[in-house]
Amino acid sequence: MTGLPAHSPSAAPRPADSGVFAWAEVLQETLALSGRLFLQLQRRPTTLVAGVLQPLVWLVLFGALFQRAPEGLLPGGLSYGRFLGAGIIVFTAFSGALNAGLPVMFDREFGFLNRLLVAPLRSRYSIVLASVLYITSLSGVQSLAIMGTAAVMGNGWPGGSGLVVVAIVLLLLVLAVTGLSLGLAFALPGHIELLAVIFVANLPLLFASTALAPLSFMPPWLAWLAALNPLSFAIEPIRAVYNGSPNWSTVVLDAPYGSVTMGACLLVLAGLAGLLFLSIRPLLRRKLG
Amino acid sequence: MIRLEGVRKSYGAVQALAGLDLEVPSGCIYGLLGPNAAGKTTALRILCTLLAPDAGRVWLDDIDVLAQPRLARRRLGYVAQDAALDKILSGREMLHLHGALYHLRRDTTRRRVVELAARLEMAAWLDRPCGAYSGGMRRRLDLATGLLHHPPLLVLDEPTAGLDLESRYALWAVLRQLKAEGTTVLLSSHDLEEVNTLADELAILDQGALIAAGQPSQLKAALGGERITLKLREFASDGEASQALALLQQQAGVSQPVVNRSQGNAISFFARDARLVEALRQQLQDHGLPIFCLSQSQPSLDDVYLQATGRTLMDAELAMATTRDTKAEQKAAMR
Repeated sequence: MTGLPAHSPSAAPRPADSGVFAWAEVLQETLALSGRLFLQLQRRPTTLVAGVLQPLVWLVLFGALFQRAPEGLLPGGLSYGRFLGAGIIVFTAFSGALNAGLPVMFDREFGFLNRLLVAPLRSRYSIVLASVLYITSLSGVQSLAIMGTAAVMGNGWPGGSGLVVVAIVLLLLVLAVTGLSLGLAFALPGHIELLAVIFVANLPLLFASTALAPLSFMPPWLAWLAALNPLSFAIEPIRAVYNGSPNWSTVVLDAPYGSVTMGACLLVLAGLAGLLFLSIRPLLRRKLG
Repeated sequence: MIRLEGVRKSYGAVQALAGLDLEVPSGCIYGLLGPNAAGKTTALRILCTLLAPDAGRVWLDDIDVLAQPRLARRRLGYVAQDAALDKILSGREMLHLHGALYHLRRDTTRRRVVELAARLEMAAWLDRPCGAYSGGMRRRLDLATGLLHHPPLLVLDEPTAGLDLESRYALWAVLRQLKAEGTTVLLSSHDLEEVNTLADELAILDQGALIAAGQPSQLKAALGGERITLKLREFASDGEASQALALLQQQAGVSQPVVNRSQGNAISFFARDARLVEALRQQLQDHGLPIFCLSQSQPSLDDVYLQATGRTLMDAELAMATTRDTKAEQKAAMR
């Protein structure tokens, strides 16, 4: 090692320490941090591949399991494959978002987070924002792959406006679940605990929703659970899109407590996302502040 | 100048810093010396804004570090003891990530990376994934991330722990070079040689408190004269050691006699004049006390620590190794 160049401390005040300049710095931080996650994905694409393969297996196996179900059994005369498609798309996005906290947890455990926190970040929320950006993009790609496969299997493809609805629904769901997962990643002591929560939450939430079967097939207690499950509020609007051209006031869920429209579903999802991010704010402030 | 005033920090029932006061002048290499769990890392983490103290104030020049942490972060580079690297990214990508987090322009980062790669001799392996780096390579990359934004203060926590001799001397050379360029270097270490060789000034910490501070030569000179270690037997009894200690305490020209229990009740003291040794030998014999060994040496920083705490740094390390809960400390370090 040889001598270093004379240092010129960067402690001098920045030219403009507010406004546009501040936002530019937040953007620079966020893009750099999400860029790191995308680089990791590019070099270790297992997460992406597994995230597509698992729901594909579900789609093919479950689709085949009920292939010979009597016609007209499902609401709206849907084939089971088409019925299942919406559930699997939501499951894909949900599973991906539920894992959003894992990279953050590993960064906490291995000390990489401290490396980030010693930098003069304009906003430490850029660490959270980068995770949201990454998981949203990843879920988007995975969901598109499932939708494409479902289309090839003859289970339909939503039209242009339908795609917009699907994108909005998935975005809201991913935001809500990512918020939850990031909250858990900062609240739990280690990755073992986080994985346990993910493991426990994942499948029961899927089974206690309308992903695999309509409410009318379920015993009353489960129908209540499924009708309150946020996943059902994401699944039913997408199912409606695959089944026709619904509008905001179209009833998409006949719940035990009443009819739920597409607009209401989106409101519930948006409210949930907002509520979850608001509820983890104090935790984030404590851990990142 | 760095100033810590009455800084306290506890992890549950364990007190890591007990009202630490410290002043580090600008433009020097300053060593924080102490055994494991003396509070060195906690003090550095508080200075680097990674940890909030329970009480006290921290100043970096005119910046109140606790009130204006972001401003303080711009002025310092931190090379942590066990900071993780992203194993999937290359060293160059890591540096570019850091450049963005310090809001450097992309071309500035690119230029700095080239400079640092050349000066720290990293060019040959900088594009390899960090997961394949040796300890020495990791340290160089850590140092490069700390220096990327040209901070006037570089903080290093145990910078040469686990390094081979060659990497260690190379790192020392870089730190000396940085000092020559005006950078203040604050490093923690439990390695006496490192602090003795590198530091212009140092502070010795023990159990979260400052027990001595100043220039190494001053601290050693303050002990007075030559260091004498007296062993009555290989393992002397408490009674014999106490008797000899009482004799030494009455002897003119002898200062700071201390019984070191972990070394078979050996007695360390300082003799103003080497000729005193012969007189002491005679006096001990007159009182029927045996002499197993009597050695003379120049005072070291370990002696400074021994005189202040009654045990050597090595003994303190060993004692700490049996009581330390590293898992709990790791959890405490997690955000």
